[in-house]
Amino acid sequence: MIDQVVIPLLKIVIVLNATLVGVTYMVLLERKVIAWAQSRLGPMRVGPYGILQPVADAVKLMIKEDITPVRADKWVFTVAPIISMVPALIVYAVIPFGPVVRMFGRDVSLYITDVNVGLLYIVSVASIGVYGLILAGYASNSKYPLLASLRASAQLISYEVAVTLTLVSVILVAGSLSMVSIVNAQYNSGWWFAFVQPLAFVIFFIGGLAETNRAPFDLPEAEQELTGGFHTEYSGMRFALFFLAEYANMIVVSSVATTLFFGGWLPPFPNTAAFHFLYYIPAWAWFLTKSFVFLYIFIWVRATLPRYRYDQLMRLGWKVLIPLAIANLIVTGIVKVVLM
Amino acid sequence: MAQAIAFYVLAAFILGFAVLVVSTKDTVHSVLFLVLDFLFVAALYVLLGAPFLAAIQILVYAGGIVVLYLFVVMLVNLKRAPEAHQDPHRRTKLGFGLSAAVLLELCAIAVFSNAQPAPAAAATNALAAMPVSGNTEQVGWLLYTSYLIPFEIASMLLLVAMIGAIVLAKREL
Amino acid sequence: MFDTNELVLNMGPQHPSTHGVLRVVLRLDGETVVDADVVIGYLHRGIEKLSENRNWTQIILLTDRMDYVAAATSNVGYCETVEKLLSVEVPRRARYVRTILCELQRIASHCLWVGTHAMDIGAMTVFLYAFRERELILDLFEEFCGARLTYNSMRIGGLPLDIPPGWDKKVLEFCAIMDSKIDEYETLLTHNRIWLERTRGIGVISGPEAVALGMCGPALRGSGVPRDVRKDEPYAAYDEMDFEVPIGTTGDTYDRYLVRMEEFRQSIRIVRQATEGIPEGPIVGKVPRLIKPAAGETYHAIESPKGELGYFIVSDGKSTNPYRFRVRPPSFCNLQALPRLVRGHLVADVVALIGSIDIVLGEVDR
Repeated sequence: MIDQVVIPLLKIVIVLNATLVGVTYMVLLERKVIAWAQSRLGPMRVGPYGILQPVADAVKLMIKEDITPVRADKWVFTVAPIISMVPALIVYAVIPFGPVVRMFGRDVSLYITDVNVGLLYIVSVASIGVYGLILAGYASNSKYPLLASLRASAQLISYEVAVTLTLVSVILVAGSLSMVSIVNAQYNSGWWFAFVQPLAFVIFFIGGLAETNRAPFDLPEAEQELTGGFHTEYSGMRFALFFLAEYANMIVVSSVATTLFFGGWLPPFPNTAAFHFLYYIPAWAWFLTKSFVFLYIFIWVRATLPRYRYDQLMRLGWKVLIPLAIANLIVTGIVKVVLM
Repeated sequence: MAQAIAFYVLAAFILGFAVLVVSTKDTVHSVLFLVLDFLFVAALYVLLGAPFLAAIQILVYAGGIVVLYLFVVMLVNLKRAPEAHQDPHRRTKLGFGLSAAVLLELCAIAVFSNAQPAPAAAATNALAAMPVSGNTEQVGWLLYTSYLIPFEIASMLLLVAMIGAIVLAKREL
Repeated sequence: MFDTNELVLNMGPQHPSTHGVLRVVLRLDGETVVDADVVIGYLHRGIEKLSENRNWTQIILLTDRMDYVAAATSNVGYCETVEKLLSVEVPRRARYVRTILCELQRIASHCLWVGTHAMDIGAMTVFLYAFRERELILDLFEEFCGARLTYNSMRIGGLPLDIPPGWDKKVLEFCAIMDSKIDEYETLLTHNRIWLERTRGIGVISGPEAVALGMCGPALRGSGVPRDVRKDEPYAAYDEMDFEVPIGTTGDTYDRYLVRMEEFRQSIRIVRQATEGIPEGPIVGKVPRLIKPAAGETYHAIESPKGELGYFIVSDGKSTNPYRFRVRPPSFCNLQALPRLVRGHLVADVVALIGSIDIVLGEVDR
């Protein structure tokens, strides 16, 4: 009973809370990192060094007036931000933060569950997130948000193809769809998969940038464009939900990249005896550090690069990334058969 | 017991949403109910022990195909009232006619399968004969050995459809 | 196969990237711009009419507010035009200081240009780096004349004050810093793949066409036309300075960008030469207390950071105010080319092109 119900529930509560707090603090992290890149300081007033800024932001957004456009579709308008947010959160069910550890006299696994189609679950849930975007644009009952949201969603589904193809290469190398098995496969082979499949990693990361609508692929939500994109008509808490969903997606992409390409909870050189001292650092610390590095890179890229025009973005996705991903897949397959 | 309860609950939801799909006046709502329907069907697949199929159902059907339905529905404004016609009940009559035909067909299938039931042993034997276990691996095995030709034909069909769509939509070739 | 209508889209006058209150009415076919109609006048303050009621020295204040990004060059242009009408000789020291101020102003204006242009295309960090350097220049100006944006820093016949002691050393220090900062901007942009894709081949205009449209300044030089008022008709101390004028080849946005980046470096070169070689002498020439030029008219042009800034003044000989004061603003003439540049490009390029021709609405509307 305890093992089947209480412990998973506890894990869910912990993970959800940690994610939501993490997502709110991502806002602060982004503002600080971009500010430091631009030789400014970022938020400094609220709390020491601006630490309480997300609290101030949350309070502000919650007490804002809730405006719904006149002829908007009420239900769809309300549900769209929720559809954006939920997939980003439920992906955490299969992400492994660490191996099985001994806590309070029981063997507790540091992941909520290990579905044997874990990776497929992640990809399919992420594809539901597209609906939030489309419905947001539609529900606003206005020409420009609709067009912007259609563009954003077309961008999302195009890059989904490239990302899924790279994931297939990783599955080929690891031999399983389950997230925990993939990490174990990296342990067994002694190398993080980023070194075995570097091209797949690069394509995955670029695709991840495009999937989360981050710079340099953030044209659909850039202020310099004609409208504020698909979330023009949203204000207050609903707007906040969209942004939190974007950050949650970023954290998901970082976590998945860490698990698939950088050994998840494993230290560098996981199977080499000489580096065994690295195991003194707890596994979940490795996982969180690596995810954090990826989040930092997301923000770093946003501060540095200009943005692609929409047609250039689509051309990159279809004509460059997908052929490269397919080529990578073919080469991986051939090598795997030859080595068997 | 728990399985049966789960199945009936899911089935109720699926049927309920299916009715809503057909009865809602707003086309976009109709498509959204369809998505919900597919999600519950995926849950049904999980109940039947086919997690791979469930994930693919969500990924491809709910997350890809219906998105395209939604694009079309949103861009084509279907809120116009239907044009006047000599027979104002034409649609209802057509609806009833088609439903009657489908019902007849389903009854025929049910009678036929009751008369000649498929051998139950064959399915489990086929399953045991495969050298791999786990839903994904078994689907893969079957797809690439017994059902290879239909698989390839389906791929060709998709390719043709893709090219056809490009030809239709492009302005200058 | 399917007919699509043309969509009319209105950009502005309130828009984050039209650099002021500019309204552009775009006719779109899908996402391609078929035509653009530029609507200006939202910042018209009647400067030319106002100046008919002010005496010649008071007008210097008004010239600040036309191109508020590069006020010193507007001041210089006006003062030199009046000096031409009065046939007053400006002492050499004043001409040198004017050159230094004009070139510092050019650097400051180009800093603002590179920052806003990059930000429109998405590289937001360059904006803050460029403004950091612009602050240094504004500090120098503040030390000289007390103001950061609208300087009122020239007088007819020279300058109102001499440079403060130690100012020239600060200017040289600034030059030393600025060189490495320009390298910083170039690292972020010049060979950046995304920047190249967003600017190469966008808004191509050939030399003869640009001349026919009346373009001037770096926008014209980007198309390969070697026209620079500092070289062709030298004013202030430019005839004694050794510098080059960068010329582009293809006339696209990238070439205009490269021209202005090189102008940064050439301006630093001029500032160094002028600061190191400032002659001693009076700071203002012999000008009558009450400026009342004889009846006549004159036109004089200088090279402001945006292009050829010309002043045409008519004096009727009887009053202390001009009879007619007309400005030939470079931004206005460059803006005329916008519909031609934008045709055939996508909506996202319109923003890049407005940034590329570098306009200031204060100048366009006056």
